[in-house]
Amino acid sequence: MCFPSTTADVAFAVTTANRFAIPFVARGSGTGLAGGATPLDGALVIVTTRMNQILEIDADARRAWVEPGVLNLDLTRAVSHLGLHYAPDPSSQQACTIGGNVGTNAGGPHCLAAGVTSAHVLAVEVVLPDGTVEILGGLAPDAPGLDLRGTFVGSEGTMGIATRVCVRLMPDPPEIRTMLADFTAIEDAAAAVSAIIAAGIVPAALEMMDAQATAAVEDFVHAGLPRDADAVLLVEVGGLHGGVTHDASAIDAICRDHGARTVRIAADATERALLWKARKSAFGAVARIAPDYYLHDAVVPRTKLVQVIRQVYEISARYELIAMNVFHAGDGNLHPLLVFDGRTPGIWERVHAAGDEILRACIDAGGVLSGEHGIGLEKRDAMPLFFSADDLDVQARLRDAFDPDGLANPDKILPRGSRCGELGAIPDGAWV
Amino acid sequence: MTPTTAVAEIAAAVATATAVVPIGAGTHAEIGGRVLEATEVRAPSGIVDVQPFDMTVSVRAGTPYAELDAALAEHGQECPLDASDASATVGGIIATGLSGLRRLGHGPLRDHVLEVEFVTAEGKVARGGGPTVKNVTGYDVPRLFVGSLGTLGVITRVTLRTRPRPAASEWFETATAASVLRGALFAPTAIVRARGVTAVLLEGNAADLRAETDTASFAPSAAPTHPVGVHRARIAIDPAQLDGLLTALDAIDGLDSLAEYGVGTVHVATETVSGLVAARGAAEGLGGWMLRTGGATDLDPFGGTFPAVELQRRVRHALDPTGKFSPGRVPATETR
Repeated sequence: MCFPSTTADVAFAVTTANRFAIPFVARGSGTGLAGGATPLDGALVIVTTRMNQILEIDADARRAWVEPGVLNLDLTRAVSHLGLHYAPDPSSQQACTIGGNVGTNAGGPHCLAAGVTSAHVLAVEVVLPDGTVEILGGLAPDAPGLDLRGTFVGSEGTMGIATRVCVRLMPDPPEIRTMLADFTAIEDAAAAVSAIIAAGIVPAALEMMDAQATAAVEDFVHAGLPRDADAVLLVEVGGLHGGVTHDASAIDAICRDHGARTVRIAADATERALLWKARKSAFGAVARIAPDYYLHDAVVPRTKLVQVIRQVYEISARYELIAMNVFHAGDGNLHPLLVFDGRTPGIWERVHAAGDEILRACIDAGGVLSGEHGIGLEKRDAMPLFFSADDLDVQARLRDAFDPDGLANPDKILPRGSRCGELGAIPDGAWV
Repeated sequence: MTPTTAVAEIAAAVATATAVVPIGAGTHAEIGGRVLEATEVRAPSGIVDVQPFDMTVSVRAGTPYAELDAALAEHGQECPLDASDASATVGGIIATGLSGLRRLGHGPLRDHVLEVEFVTAEGKVARGGGPTVKNVTGYDVPRLFVGSLGTLGVITRVTLRTRPRPAASEWFETATAASVLRGALFAPTAIVRARGVTAVLLEGNAADLRAETDTASFAPSAAPTHPVGVHRARIAIDPAQLDGLLTALDAIDGLDSLAEYGVGTVHVATETVSGLVAARGAAEGLGGWMLRTGGATDLDPFGGTFPAVELQRRVRHALDPTGKFSPGRVPATETR
C-alpha cells in the first residue's frame, strides 16, 4: 500500500508495479459498495487520500481543478460562498472522494436534473496503466478525436488513476422548494412520480422511502416523518421564482390527487436540511434494526418501480430477510436494502441468494445492473445477464487498449472469458 | 433487441469489406478528412420505441432529426440535439458530435446518448450502455461513439434521453456584453455573439422569461443563423478565452462567425482558405483547435494539436484492427 502526494508519486508507483509485474488498485476513501477498490492477489494499493488539495477555483468559468482525494462535500463547501456547488451528491458525500466519484461515475439524489459525474468532469489528468501521464478531455468543449475522458470516467481504476480533475460547478438556484408527501400505499406514491414526469416537470430531486425505511429514519433523525406512512416522497424543485412556484404547486396538487395525506413544504433552510438529513441518514439508521446490511443498486424503467419493489418484498420474505427501500424514484434507481445480523448461522448464503434474485428481477423488468455504484467485484459475474458475448468483447478490447498488460485493477468489471476466444468464453448463442 | 434485417445486411457487408463508410443524410459529410474507396452503408430509419414516462426514446440511426422531433413532440418532449439541419440523421449527428446551440443550457450531446447499437469491424452487432436514464453497467461505450466520425463502427440504433419541451422559449438581442450575461441570468439556454450582435435564448416559465428580460435591455429577436461561406470550420476553445479569440477573429477580413459563450464553440465561415488558416492560427494560439467542416479541401482537417494521440490510436485499433472504418477521415489515428 502507498500514499502518494503528487502525480509524479502516482506515476512512480505505477511504473514500479509495472517493473515487477504487480497489479495495482486505486483507492480513495473506500466507500464504494461494489468492491472496485478491493485489492486481490497481493496487488499494490495506491491510496489517493493525501492528494486532497483544491488547486484552483475559477468562479467566472464555473469550474475547479481538484486533486482526487478531495472529499465531495468539501468541494461544495469550498465554493458555496461563491453561490456555486458541485452537483453530484452521493449519500456518502461527507466521506467519499472526487477521485472515487470519477472512478465509479457516481450519482446522488440531485443527479436527476443535473446528471451524474461524467456530465461534471471537463478534464482529467490520468496516470495511464503504463505510467505515462495524459490529460483526457480539456477546457475546450470538445477535444480532437475520441472522447477518452468519457471512457475513463466510470472505469473503476481499470484504465489508470486520476491525479487531477477539472470539475464543472453549478450556480445555486435562486429559489428552492423542498416537499415531503406521505402516502398510505406505495402504489400511490409511484403513480405520483409518474404523474409528475408526465406533467413535464423534472424536479431537482425525487426520492422515495418505503414504510420500513421511513420508520427507521424517523426513530434515528426525528425529522417529523410520518411513522405510519406506507411511502414518502421527498421532492425538490429549484430555479427562478415563477418556475419554482408553478412546479411546486403542480407537484403538491399531483401528490394530493394521488392520495397523499399531507404535503409538507420545508419552511426554511433548517427544515430543508433536516429533511435531507433524514434521507441521507437512511443507511446509518438501519443499524438500529440489525448490525449488517447489503445495499443494492439497480435501475428499472420508472414505470416498473412498484412491480419490482413488490418482488423485492416477496424475495426477502422468502429468505426471511428484512427489506427496506430508499431510492431515487425520479430516475428509477432502486436501492433495496437487506438488513440482517451477520452472526446468524447461514445468513450470508441467504443474503447472497436473495440479492441475486433481486438483480435478476430488475434485469427481467428491463433494467440494468447498476445505476451509480459500479460493477467492481460484486456484479462482475452478472455482466453476462445484461451483455452478450459480442458486447463484452468490445468492452474487453477497449480496456486492453488502455491497459495492454492487464495490471490496472484486474478481475474487476469484466468476468473472465469476456475476450472473444479467451479460455472459458461464452459461446455464441449460449443462454446467459 | 433483435437487430433488423437491414442491420444483419449491414453486418454481412461490413464483415467482408476492406473499407466501410457509414453515411447518413450527407449533411455534414465534409467533416474531417476525405474518405476514399469505401463501401457505403446506411443505417435503417424509424422510431423504435418512445417511452415518455421514462423520458427515453429508442431510434434507428438513419432516422432524420425532424422525424425524431415530431415523434417526441406528440408527447410534449424533445431531445436537444443539433437542429441546424433537420434532414440530418440521428446517427450522423451523433457520429459528428453536433450538440447544437442549446448546449449551454442542456449540456453536450454526449450526455443525452444512453445506449448505442453498432456493427463491429468483424460484422457482429454489439451494444453498449443501456436503455435506462441512469446506468453504470460496464464501460461508457455510448460516449465513445459520440463524435467518433464513423471510425469505430456503424451506429445502427441509439437510445436517447428526452426532456419536456419548455413552456416558453424565446431569443432576445441585448446590448449587455456576452461575458456579463452568464452571471446576470440564472440558466440561459444559449448566449451567442454573431456579427457583432449578442443574443440569448431563454427557456422555461413564461413569467421568469419576462422577469429576466425586464431588468436589462432585451429585445425579442429571431434565432441567430450559422455563418455562410464556401469554407467552414468549428473552433473549440476554453470559454474563458472567447473574448480574446473573437477580437482576433473580427480582425480577419471576410470571416463570419457565431460564438457560443459559456461553451467555447465558434462556428466560422469565409470565402477564402486564408481566412480559415488565420482563424486556426488564432484558435491554436489561445490553446484551442479548429475542425474543418466544409470546403478548404487542401486544409488539414484537424490542425496541429491532437492530444493523447497514441492512446487514441490504440483505442481505434482495438475496435477496428484492420482500419476498415472511414479510412482517411481521421488520419492522425489511422491504424493501417
